[in-house]
Amino acid sequence: MAAWARRVAAGSAGSPAASAAWSRRQALATDLRTIVGRAYPRVRAMMRERSWMFFEILLPFLATSTFVFVYRAVHAPPEYVGFVVLGGAMTAFWLNVIWMMAGQLWWEKSQGNLELYFAAPMDVMAVLIGMAIGGLILSSSRAAVVLVVATVVYGVSFQVDQWLLLALVFGLTLAALYGLGMVLASLFLMWGREAFHLTQLLQEPVYFISGLNFPIGRLGFIGALAISLLPLAVGLDAMRQLAFARSDYPKGTPSPAIEALILVIMTVVSLALARWMLRTLERLARREGRLSVRWQ
Amino acid sequence: MSAATPANPLAIDVRGVRRVYKSRPHPVVALDGIDLQVEPGELFGLLGPNGAGKTTLIKILTTLLLPSEGTARVFGFDVATQTRQLRRIMNMVAGGEQSGYGILTVREQLWMFSQFYGLGTREGWRRVDELIDAIGLDDQRHQRVSTLSTGERQKMNFARGLLNDPWIFFLDEPTLGLDVSAARSVRELVVEWKAAVPGRTILLTTHYMAEADELCERIAIVDHGRILAIGTPAELRRRVQRESIFRLELDRLEGGSRALARLPGVVSASTAADESNDRERQAVVVNLVLENDAALGGVVSALGGVGATIRALRKSEPTLEDVFVELVGRGFDDAEPPGDGDQRPNADQGLRTDHRPGTDARSVTGNRPGAGNRPGGDRTDGSDRLRADPASPDRRRPDPSSERVEEELV
Repeated sequence: MAAWARRVAAGSAGSPAASAAWSRRQALATDLRTIVGRAYPRVRAMMRERSWMFFEILLPFLATSTFVFVYRAVHAPPEYVGFVVLGGAMTAFWLNVIWMMAGQLWWEKSQGNLELYFAAPMDVMAVLIGMAIGGLILSSSRAAVVLVVATVVYGVSFQVDQWLLLALVFGLTLAALYGLGMVLASLFLMWGREAFHLTQLLQEPVYFISGLNFPIGRLGFIGALAISLLPLAVGLDAMRQLAFARSDYPKGTPSPAIEALILVIMTVVSLALARWMLRTLERLARREGRLSVRWQ
Repeated sequence: MSAATPANPLAIDVRGVRRVYKSRPHPVVALDGIDLQVEPGELFGLLGPNGAGKTTLIKILTTLLLPSEGTARVFGFDVATQTRQLRRIMNMVAGGEQSGYGILTVREQLWMFSQFYGLGTREGWRRVDELIDAIGLDDQRHQRVSTLSTGERQKMNFARGLLNDPWIFFLDEPTLGLDVSAARSVRELVVEWKAAVPGRTILLTTHYMAEADELCERIAIVDHGRILAIGTPAELRRRVQRESIFRLELDRLEGGSRALARLPGVVSASTAADESNDRERQAVVVNLVLENDAALGGVVSALGGVGATIRALRKSEPTLEDVFVELVGRGFDDAEPPGDGDQRPNADQGLRTDHRPGTDARSVTGNRPGAGNRPGGDRTDGSDRLRADPASPDRRRPDPSSERVEEELV
């Protein structure tokens, strides 16, 4: 230990003041490394615990299958099978956002991680972004498997005319969705032990008003409201319009280009709001003692 | 203590810090006007019972809490406004810490934390491997965190705390819950790490008196959010040692210990009951309380005069627990008096009963005031001792770190 301690010290700055004087570049590099570091456990978990294959591929696939059989039974247009398969794939992201983003900071607090994050020199926003990126990688693999398996099993044929816009809308949907997850993370932390109840409360209603299993345009005013509020609703609607371009898509929702713009606004607003909330939360926590109170 | 300058600030400079938690029905005063200065390079201990305010002070110094009043600086950085700078040069480890992710291995977990301190990817892995070797976790390197024993886990936490090679290391009850061997191991690591480079500073909180005594260069005894005394362990012990206490083992003692008690400078002399009849060794053990060390000469001469041979002589030192009892009026493990309505006697009078066990010594001088620091001094009759409690019921506060209070925090 002593030899190690001397060796490390020999390579570091010579005084506390010098050690504390970081350049902007150093601070930025630390934030970027934090993003990678925090994403790391999620990626490792995906590779190490394979039980997700059952719970997060087979079960969503079965839920999607139910709607497929219902649509077929009522002789709905064939693209409805494609709508529900796309919705089934996006379910993975929504579940990840509410269970592994929204409730995460609360869990980190109960584990004692949160105070270590706040006591470290990086921007805690980098921790949230790392969580989001780790969750994205984790969920993308699940979503991709559900999409491929369901497409093959139910013979879905996509009609894409604007691949670039589709990719952009997909990326923006995830950015806005995880931005919302970051906002919820701070909100849930403030609400403390109600986090799990809130998560459960949000899960099913959002399935419904996001139109995961049917085109949101069918909901009329509620659908329009959902599109103005929920990234999942607007993103999924735009992706369906783009992925089944030649289908008879229900009218009443904005065009994909406008929905892409809505997603950009949602992303910017949610990231800014998440950052503001995190700072407010830290300030409140330091003032009121919430950060240091593990079970509150 | 050397004078601090802007170029050479104190490691810790706390002035008038008060911390009040909002709580129902009354606010909880966790720190009540703390002043504390710690020099760079010191291993400083905060010693106090649960709820004394130690952890609250550490939380303030590690930027996790704001003081309600007063200022606190660490190496010149204000804990309220210069958090970024301060967080770059400090780290902390708490006892019983369960941080991190059980699915990762020890090596992976430490690497993850290294990224939070800005270590490059390769540098992070290298430092993690070096630390694992240095700290003695080589066999657990690729073991999942969730499968570690408590001691192994605490070693890993300790490694985490050293990843950024901090200038100041906050240790909050670092050996809590560890077995003797693991606790010793952690203590050795603390000492080795600090000794390797001048200027490294450690603030340690503990309620293990022996640990504080062994590790700390200076100690502050804390209770009810106030610092009651600061000094080196020896200085603190001297505060309560008003007499010199010796334990003599003699081959025989004609006339018993009464003869010794009459000698000049001897406060009391008693024969230890458990060893006075040691027929096998034919020894007589006498506990002597002298006004000062100089009086021992007279005792030795007197014993020589009656033909007694001294087989062993040991000077007894008061412990930090004696210091604490002297300052606070109760031991660490003694419960505080209950609040209003409690049925225990004396509860409504601010009085308390100290149940420290008496000894088997047969004192020849009986009970005397001011001898509470010595083994069995004023408790020879085995009776309970009543003492006015400095912490009267209206000053008593619940432990701010306890779940009950936490539930009430805003």
